Amino acid sequence: MKTSERKLHIEKGRSFGIALLPYSIWSLLFIVVPLIFVAYYAFTDNSFGFTTENITKFFTATSQVDGQEVRTYLLIFFRSLKLAVISTIICFIMGYPIAYIMATADEKKQRIMLVLIMIPMWMNFLIRTYAWMTILQDTGILNSFLSVLGLDPLHIIGTETAVIIGMVYDYLPYMVLPIYSIMAKMDYKLIEAAKDLGCNSLGVLKRVIFPLSLPGVLSGITMVLIPSISTFYISQKLGSGKFFLIGDAIEGQFTANNLHFAAAIAFILMIILLICMALMKHFTNKAVNGGGSR
Amino acid sequence: MKKYVLAALVSAAAVLCLAGCGGKSEKVLNVYNWGEYISDGSEDSYDTVAEFEKWYEEEYGKKVTVNYDTFASNEDMYAKISTGAVSYDVIIPSDYMIARMQKEDLLLPLNFDNIPNYKNIDESFRGLYYDPDDKYSIPYAYGVVGIIYNANEVDPADAVGWDLMWNEKYAGRILQFNNSRDAFGTAAYRLGLSVNSTDKADWDAEYAELMKQQPLRYGLVMDEIFNLMESGEAAIGAYYAGDYFIMEEAEAENVDLRFYYPDPTNYYIDAMCIPKCCADQELAEIFINFMLDHDAAVANASFTCYASPNRIVYTDPGYIDEMGDEAMEILYPPMDDFSALYNEYAYRNLDQDTLNYINELWEEVKIN
Amino acid sequence: MKAASRIFTAIIFIFLFAPIAILLVFSFNASKSLSVFSGFSFKWYTELFHDTQTLTSVKNTLILAFLAMVISTVMGTAASVGINRIRSRWYRRYMDTVTDIPMTNPDIITGISLMLMFVFVGRIFGRSASLNFGTLLIAHTTFCLPYVILQVLPKLQQMDASLPEAAQDLGCTPLRAFFKVTIPEIAPGIITGAIMAFTMSLDDFVISYFTSGNGFQTLPIRIYNMTKKTVTPKMYALATITFFVILALLILSNLSDGYKRGGKRK
Repeated sequence: MKTSERKLHIEKGRSFGIALLPYSIWSLLFIVVPLIFVAYYAFTDNSFGFTTENITKFFTATSQVDGQEVRTYLLIFFRSLKLAVISTIICFIMGYPIAYIMATADEKKQRIMLVLIMIPMWMNFLIRTYAWMTILQDTGILNSFLSVLGLDPLHIIGTETAVIIGMVYDYLPYMVLPIYSIMAKMDYKLIEAAKDLGCNSLGVLKRVIFPLSLPGVLSGITMVLIPSISTFYISQKLGSGKFFLIGDAIEGQFTANNLHFAAAIAFILMIILLICMALMKHFTNKAVNGGGSR
Repeated sequence: MKKYVLAALVSAAAVLCLAGCGGKSEKVLNVYNWGEYISDGSEDSYDTVAEFEKWYEEEYGKKVTVNYDTFASNEDMYAKISTGAVSYDVIIPSDYMIARMQKEDLLLPLNFDNIPNYKNIDESFRGLYYDPDDKYSIPYAYGVVGIIYNANEVDPADAVGWDLMWNEKYAGRILQFNNSRDAFGTAAYRLGLSVNSTDKADWDAEYAELMKQQPLRYGLVMDEIFNLMESGEAAIGAYYAGDYFIMEEAEAENVDLRFYYPDPTNYYIDAMCIPKCCADQELAEIFINFMLDHDAAVANASFTCYASPNRIVYTDPGYIDEMGDEAMEILYPPMDDFSALYNEYAYRNLDQDTLNYINELWEEVKIN
Repeated sequence: MKAASRIFTAIIFIFLFAPIAILLVFSFNASKSLSVFSGFSFKWYTELFHDTQTLTSVKNTLILAFLAMVISTVMGTAASVGINRIRSRWYRRYMDTVTDIPMTNPDIITGISLMLMFVFVGRIFGRSASLNFGTLLIAHTTFCLPYVILQVLPKLQQMDASLPEAAQDLGCTPLRAFFKVTIPEIAPGIITGAIMAFTMSLDDFVISYFTSGNGFQTLPIRIYNMTKKTVTPKMYALATITFFVILALLILSNLSDGYKRGGKRK
């Protein structure tokens, strides 16, 4: 017993290494290796011979849209990106204030609001999307409500707006939670100090709160942008099948049994996103460090 | 804190045990079928899976556990089985997929000695193109694609043939299938082309037809059609015959749904097969035989609302009574020669080249 | 300002709960429709409890979420402790990047990549079915892990490093010091991480779609596969029940909390 205790003392450093061991192995096997498989499938054909055909197909395949020749997958990619960026911006506009309101509320309210934000995530997202169909239909709840108020009906279902509403709804919690968790830890004495020094509310927000919450904003943006760029269910249901996004393309190729091309689309998407995220992280790190908050 | 960790571990072990105990019975049967495609005990119906487990234990004195999983489309099912991702004992795909799987040597020939109830299947369902020697499959349900419309909005005089789906009077009110085969099918039938053509020009023509329809469409839909038609949100849509009754039953007050068959149209069969990966062929055959028995077959036919090829189903007075005259007329239209119609108009397995071409055209339809 | 923030909060929560109100209403629909309300009925609730397939899928979903939560929380907490002690800059950067990958990678790619690997490995070993409960659990644990680490690691960094050292000086073994001092200190992070992991696993559809196999279908997959027929109000009934269970838990935890505080005041 005693010797083993002494051993533990001696192996202090190493025992923490052992704590990391399972995750190191796990992450290698189930995070890194699978990505190598995506690359492997992306660069091979059905008989696993090397080819770059799948990759070039992504950039060169063309089709006719409104009488013009366009690059099919680039068009799909930029459409997805556009919808995802709009959704992310709206999520931010809605999520940032609510995270701030939550973080500054008293503890009991904070907890209630936190659970309220998370409740929808506990109800299956396919079902929630279905419920949105009932709301947004031309003959749906929203338009019945508007007609009671004597307003003109809105045509939303099957439009970009419907898809964006669906995305914002599903991913708003992913924006709120990380921002909130950073803000809840913030030192509000700093804010008061800034106010004492004559900063107005807007100045405080700009100079103190926002820079401090930047890491949360960054992970919020990541957690909304990434899933909304690749969704394939919301666009099918709320877009009445009219919006074909990059996620639909991957899923479509998978069901059409073109695994290698599906992998190629996934591979390209992954590379683009990794570059974007690395750039974003680089700049926020700079901003945070430059702001002198660390 | 140690306590919490311990508690967590103990409960994890308990859950694992619970999960494990379920699989302790002597035999396991894995069944793979479409979603919502078997009588599952809802609305006081017959719980096919549970009844089979009960019956098997009484009959053979052994416990059997049925793992019943579902798929969303033939292609999904194929993608998973052909890559070896999953392994099932009984699958229920559609005709053209059966042809493909058989060609790729993914199916086992059935031993009909274990399936005496096969005699209940009507003769017109024998020797069909996807299984000419009746070796690999036993039909489970069949159907015909028809057009559903809201008579409060659509002039019944316009409701003829496929033209209704391209009628400019009803712009923005028309629903099209959200799967390539069925969508191109509607265009092919309208143009009088073969749905199984390997001539790219035919597919181009169908693509052009779908593009012509594009400004008139409400959207591309699958199961959403139920809600859209019921509420009067859309007025015209093609779907599988039996599903019309489900919509009609739930229609809103100001909606009057009607149904007709365009000519020509699609005939399809979903059939029970045993894939190569089957672990217990005899058990699988016993299950298939059970599915053809009176109680299970009637229950499944009335649950799915699709037509049954099983003679003891469509001659059963209880079943006829439950479905009603209108339904019987629509589900079992008088056909002089089903197999001839079927063999001419059903979807067939196409070569990979054509499939890829259709897939490309379909993506083009979708991005416009 | 106060009024404005109240109105804003109200709008956000109305937006978040509007579809849930719809679920609630239509779960009592007499007909099978999800868009035409034709009368009040409890029938979908009785239906739900007679539907063994759906109940099995609910049970599967819960088992999976629970196990993924436990494994990812234990492994993630241990990993955070290790990462916090890493001295090598390269190793540290590698761990950070690897932890970031599941979060910056769309779930469809995580799903496909794992599926490709499982199928490939399964083929090498000649397995008839390469996807099963195990692969699903691996996939869920993998995408839950970063959430745990991201919650626990900051807590460790904030913690006063001299605390466990002091405990060791007083004769604790490092392991004992870890359980007695470190764990209570970082417990809020562990709990939040565990809840996040459970929630993410419960809500996931895409990754399960690609990695689930024989005999273990979760609820989201079952619902997705209903796309040829129709989703019934039964599923809405299920969502409604979930909603009230969570609500009850919330009220209970608040009540007990209020009770505790009342006790303290005395």
